[in-house]
Amino acid sequence: MSKKFWETLPQGSVVLEAGSSAKFKTGGWRSMRPKWIEENCIQCMFCWMYCPDMSIKVTAEGKRAEFDYDYCKGCGICALECPGKKGKKAIVMEEEGK
Amino acid sequence: MTTTVQPKELKLKELAKGEDRFVHGHRMCAGCGAPIVVKQVLMATNYPIIASNATGCLEVSSCIQQFTAWKIPWIHSAFENAAATISGVEAMYKSLVKQGKLDDRNVKFVAFGGDGGTYDIGFQSLSGAMERGHDMMYVCYDNGAYMNTGIQRSSATPFGANTTTCPAGDAIPGKLQQRKDLTRIMAAHGIPYAAQASPSNWLDLMKKVQKAFEIKGPKFLNVISPCNRGWRSKTDDAIALSRLAVETCYWPLYEVENGALKITVKPKEKKPLTEFLKPQGRFKHMFAPENEWMLKQAQEYVDAQWEHLLKEEAFWTEAKK
Repeated sequence: MSKKFWETLPQGSVVLEAGSSAKFKTGGWRSMRPKWIEENCIQCMFCWMYCPDMSIKVTAEGKRAEFDYDYCKGCGICALECPGKKGKKAIVMEEEGK
Repeated sequence: MTTTVQPKELKLKELAKGEDRFVHGHRMCAGCGAPIVVKQVLMATNYPIIASNATGCLEVSSCIQQFTAWKIPWIHSAFENAAATISGVEAMYKSLVKQGKLDDRNVKFVAFGGDGGTYDIGFQSLSGAMERGHDMMYVCYDNGAYMNTGIQRSSATPFGANTTTCPAGDAIPGKLQQRKDLTRIMAAHGIPYAAQASPSNWLDLMKKVQKAFEIKGPKFLNVISPCNRGWRSKTDDAIALSRLAVETCYWPLYEVENGALKITVKPKEKKPLTEFLKPQGRFKHMFAPENEWMLKQAQEYVDAQWEHLLKEEAFWTEAKK
């Protein structure tokens, strides 16, 4: 990510590129890491709906894929909301770096 | 020529295939409710949207210098004038279409504001825009205090909450006033649509957004948005808390359409308010033995409000017959 200085910034406080925040990765904020256990996943997509950081990848068929660890801040909403299968959660939180 | 826009099917599997109009990389806190609210509102429709934003957490952390998390045209000018700004944009758009300089692409106009920028600071511009009858929707994400500047009380702060400008201590036990009921105040403007929603009930929220966009004129949507920093709760309970707010009837989900009130989600069993208050550190002092009266008073207020809603709904169902 290259820094822009006043000479190269567009005039008038405008951002010309839509969705450019994707260049700024927030994954480094995380202290807890969500882990997806695919065999317990019922594809309810609740994690995707409730993720505040749009960090759950979706395949072209609309199926849930792996987490996007570049942006996941590790809040744990997905793990709490996950209904799981037969009482077993499909998302568990683990301490980062362990 | 007006372009027609296909309505969106509200099925999770179908929605998931769509593209986000509010993207990752924004710098809201981990577990914040506001980006969930914004993403659900923008996801609910296929209409092109132009948004304005009041100053607040959402504004400062979604648009920092060369970065923006928005994939729609978005404007911020000041704290108090999100509604005035978007009403100006709407008026200009209408004029350009009328002059034939622009094709009518069925653009919808939305203003986003926090409770500080809506209930207090932006109230006069919001009230004015509603009265002038602009074709716009105002979405308030209500986290119940000025969270961005460090948790100062606002008129949306609930009774008893501990904030930095009404700290619970020897002098006062937190905020002593009840919160302002803005959804009802907006409905009292005689606008065609005012509603209250919660991100935990996403389908209800999206249906309300879809319904609002089909109505011409000013619309208001008040959405609860948990803030784990200000509510002193865990980072993972934003959705769980907004669900509890609905189940305890602290945040009833209803809509007022042309004056007629309808409760859209009735909890199967009304839970005691303490279930909503207990996980939040800002209400911790209310559970001390000497502050038992506060819990009682908060519960009585919620009960009275809920009774009032039920009665009003019964009146309107009777009137429609």
